[in-house]
Amino acid sequence: MANLAVNIGNLSLKNPVLTASGTFGYGEEFSDFIDLNRLGGFIIKGTTINHREGNPYPRMIETPSGMLNAVGLQNKGVDYFINNIYPRIKDVDSNVIVNVSGATVDDYIAVCEKLAPLDKINAIEVNISCPNVKQGGMAFGTTCDGAAQVAKAVRQAFPKTVIIKLSPNVTDITEIARAVEAEGADAVSLINTLLGMSIDIERQRPHLSTITGGLSGPAVRPVAVRMVWQVSHAVKIPVIGLGGIMNGLDAIEFILAGACAIQVGTANFIDPSVTMKIIDYMDDYCNRHGINDINEIVGLI
Amino acid sequence: MKKYILDFIIEDNQHLSDIYSLLILKPATGDTLPEIHPGQFVQISIDDSKTTFLRRPISINYVDRNNNSMWLLVRKAGEGTSHLTAMPIGSVINIILPLGNSFSIPENQSDRILLIGGGVGVAPMLYWGSYLKEHGYNPEFLLGARSAKDILELEYFQNIGTVHISTEDGSLGEKGLVTSHSILKDRISMIYCCGPAPMMKAVAKVANTIGAGCEVSLENMMACGLGACLCCVENTVKGNVCVCTEGPVFNINQLTWQI
Repeated sequence: MANLAVNIGNLSLKNPVLTASGTFGYGEEFSDFIDLNRLGGFIIKGTTINHREGNPYPRMIETPSGMLNAVGLQNKGVDYFINNIYPRIKDVDSNVIVNVSGATVDDYIAVCEKLAPLDKINAIEVNISCPNVKQGGMAFGTTCDGAAQVAKAVRQAFPKTVIIKLSPNVTDITEIARAVEAEGADAVSLINTLLGMSIDIERQRPHLSTITGGLSGPAVRPVAVRMVWQVSHAVKIPVIGLGGIMNGLDAIEFILAGACAIQVGTANFIDPSVTMKIIDYMDDYCNRHGINDINEIVGLI
Repeated sequence: MKKYILDFIIEDNQHLSDIYSLLILKPATGDTLPEIHPGQFVQISIDDSKTTFLRRPISINYVDRNNNSMWLLVRKAGEGTSHLTAMPIGSVINIILPLGNSFSIPENQSDRILLIGGGVGVAPMLYWGSYLKEHGYNPEFLLGARSAKDILELEYFQNIGTVHISTEDGSLGEKGLVTSHSILKDRISMIYCCGPAPMMKAVAKVANTIGAGCEVSLENMMACGLGACLCCVENTVKGNVCVCTEGPVFNINQLTWQI
């Protein structure tokens, strides 16, 4: 048995496997298939200060080796999470990380302040990269000033681990990463979805109600690996890698590129038990390669 | 209800026409089929297909407890379902089941109940009809299709109850759409309907007009089938809800259809 435990700031994970926000519900949806306690952690879907209905249907279209989505942060709001969901999941023996989203900086602060007193929530992931909402979201994540502004505000509002989730829809992702690091972010996670589009040529209209949407799945993986590698060389804080991880091999690829933890997203839709297989594969990989501690190979490239 | 990921073996693949196949599946592991309610669906993994990435949601057509088998009626619609209909006997496919809610039991056994299926939408009505029959109800069926050759599993439906038919070309039953069938002039208490969205909306409108209750089974495009991705939402009186977990069966009173 190799050591798979890793740290993100002050947060200790029993292994590097997290689930990506918006692909794993509140964790409970997957409890028939996996033992949630075995996960390094799971990231709750994007939570906003108020209830959001999200975008109109259709919100999803399958694309080559991936899918486009335009859910638009549908959620019942942070109070609903605290009152109804949190009591049900707070005893899981794993890290529960809440993904926080907002249209304004004040929104982010308000959600952070409500989450900060919760004992089980030792980390938040700040979404400055959602491509499917009109206000906020990616607008903050595509400029250094916007990203820094949100990072600074949440750093003050949330005393525990702050992870900033970065958008790949930028010219140079390393600049954004540096900007949030400078404001005190504990870690960055990347990549959120790539902005994409698909057209139904028979009906001569876009497949998605919002015209554009976020591309995920193995189609984006090489882009994600490249960005993780670039960012891990640009910042000193831990990098969490995600983007099209379908199995243990892909997860190791991100670790080698510089990620100290990884998130499994779209793959949960296809195999709800895939996270367990990834953890097992990592252990097996380390044993085969004579690696005693997974941290030895983080950023080997 | 507990959900499972199980490998199934294709025991039979009956090509009912050039576009429809009836797949008879058994758990490859020898396990007993889990509890399955009428109206529920499965998510099938389509392996070895170049373009199919996500699982495909398919309605459960029938559960044969004596044979420990599950029937799926599949229409070739795109790459994924074409691949499925072409799978040889003995192939193994991975399935997540059972998913979604189910039809609600009618109030009285004496109620006149009509199960309407359009095209491949007849699929859930076979299991639902047989369930109702076993529980002392007398379901009748109204099957609609373009043409006689698209009326599927007719003999199975006839074994359960009276079958009414509408075909657009008049090659079988009454000519026209299901909504113009003369049976709908009778006093009906409850209608259950599955088929293309325009058909279900038209049926819902008729149900409202004749004062019948009505449940419809929706087939919004899905990714996960587990209520995690929030892609398959339908707008309801409660806002956007997942068809995969809150549905696929909805009472039309819950929907915001303009009918």
